[in-house]
Amino acid sequence: MQFTIEVGRYNSEGRYADTAKPGEPFPAPWNASPVRRYQTFTVDLPEHAVVLDALIAIREYQDPSLAVRCACRSAICGSCAMWINGHANLACKSKLAAFTKDGKTRVESPPSMPIIRDLVCDMKPFWDKHLAVRPWLENKQPVPPPDQEYRVPNSSMEELIQEVSCISCGACVMDCESFAVNPDFLGPQALAQAYRYVGDPRDDKTKERLAELSKPGGIWDCTHCFECVQQCPKGVAPLDQILKLRKMAVDAGFTHNAGTRHADAFAESVKHSGRLNELTLMPKSTGLFNIVGQLKTLPSAINMARAGKLPPLIHKAIPGVARIRKIFERVGGRFK
Amino acid sequence: MKVAFYPGCVSKGACPELYVSARLIAEPLGLELHELESAPCTGAGVLSEQNRDLADALNGLTLAMAEAEGADLMTICSTCQGVLSDHNYHLKNDEARRDKANATIADQGFRYAGKATVKHLLWMLFEDIGIDRVAAAIKRKLTGLKIAPFYGCYILRPSEALGLRERPERKTYLNQLIELLGAEAVEYRGATKCCGFPMLTFNRDKALAMGGNHIIEAKEKGADLLVTPCPLCHLNLDGQQPDAARVLKQDIDVPIFHLPQLLGLAFGFEPDQLRLNHHVVSTKGALEKVELKV
Repeated sequence: MQFTIEVGRYNSEGRYADTAKPGEPFPAPWNASPVRRYQTFTVDLPEHAVVLDALIAIREYQDPSLAVRCACRSAICGSCAMWINGHANLACKSKLAAFTKDGKTRVESPPSMPIIRDLVCDMKPFWDKHLAVRPWLENKQPVPPPDQEYRVPNSSMEELIQEVSCISCGACVMDCESFAVNPDFLGPQALAQAYRYVGDPRDDKTKERLAELSKPGGIWDCTHCFECVQQCPKGVAPLDQILKLRKMAVDAGFTHNAGTRHADAFAESVKHSGRLNELTLMPKSTGLFNIVGQLKTLPSAINMARAGKLPPLIHKAIPGVARIRKIFERVGGRFK
Repeated sequence: MKVAFYPGCVSKGACPELYVSARLIAEPLGLELHELESAPCTGAGVLSEQNRDLADALNGLTLAMAEAEGADLMTICSTCQGVLSDHNYHLKNDEARRDKANATIADQGFRYAGKATVKHLLWMLFEDIGIDRVAAAIKRKLTGLKIAPFYGCYILRPSEALGLRERPERKTYLNQLIELLGAEAVEYRGATKCCGFPMLTFNRDKALAMGGNHIIEAKEKGADLLVTPCPLCHLNLDGQQPDAARVLKQDIDVPIFHLPQLLGLAFGFEPDQLRLNHHVVSTKGALEKVELKV
């Protein structure tokens, strides 16, 4: 079967596009970036072939200068994550037939990482963040030391199976919307790893970790877009882990942040009226004494008021709101 | 067709133009809207994240109300759709969670049996109302307009709870609809991306840059306007657009339409009936292309 592959390439001078300067990194934000240089290849492969088969065939039989990183070909080493038709996927797990759109498949290095050559990106930003969350156990040290290994019941590890499945391919980070605009964001992979250790009963640094993760660049800088859940080839569902960390951090008392204020203001509004009061949500989330923050939101508020887009000044409760208050009394937890 | 209408907080708050236009287009589409007036807010994912039992009970109550109404629940907001789909998915498949939610709402006279269907207006157009009926209601073709679809995350991801595994075509409805109304759909990467709204209160400038970048990309591909089925996206893309332009140090100026406003125009309603004169970013330029005024 004939497949057409468009490969995003660097030219001989190390440029990603003819308009770029040699050695210049792909500029952010990438969705508004100049057009990349693509080269089209045609390969003859069986119907069940994957994208990586095509790339290897190109390198072996058509153009030995094509740079592609791969090893296991079984979706376990995590080397071949790249952009396929504009989304991060493992080349060894993506069937060519399923990824053929308008008669071709476009393959390129993810622009969120510095590109070394062709399909090989520099994973340094990824590993820096991975290491930043201290992805190792910081054990409890019982005194005296136990005479055998530290044992935990199976049941407490079942919670962590999802996070342990991470193969560090970086697909989630390559498609992360927050990371695209905020290089300081720890990103989905590192945060899912952070949960793997926070949730481990053998780890002794839960509070310290949660304190660190509540800082700017941490759990509250995720935009909740589910791209990481969608793109992860191993079902790690990083966003789900980030949300667990948010709850744990709030429960542990790390509440001096916009995220907690936002949740509290949200809950208060729903409890009192059954619905959202947008008029008070934004100022309360920003922090009533955060004058600079409040001033920043002011121009948009004025624009919206002028257009007639402000919510009604008198916030009316939904009919039967007593029912909602009852529900809060019962299961509202800290929102009671 | 009778539907249990769940308009969502934003259509009754900062985006009144959405509520008004959704009500207007119901008639030509043959929709009989039974509004769930006493249904609570979904919690927009914020409550689900901090207190799952609470969010299960609140959304279980809404689903029970739709069940009692004997009709499918119709949303006009991707975020409402996402949260209700997620809780419905779990309350349907996890008996223990359903029992727990039911125990909380039982003495209010409600019980959720796990039978409700939650559908965004966009899905209903194709799956229930039927595309022929939509086509028959068109009185004014939007020929000449280049429209960039902006789906909003929660109507696309996670695909499992949203039923996109069974119906992958849901990922293309907005594009199909734009073509059906006679306009040209703009292909751009941002169509399925995040508007940045969930991050607006935590990291304002980054959230504005996120949404702004997508609009700029669509504009560079020739879009006259963006259309979205999500009012939260609308708040960020329209309401905050001048501020996004300031952050990105770039002129943007692209109007953002709600899905029912676009349908309303095609069905022959006038721009001011659809409150297209109540946007932060003027809709004038786009409307002039189809010889309309605001």
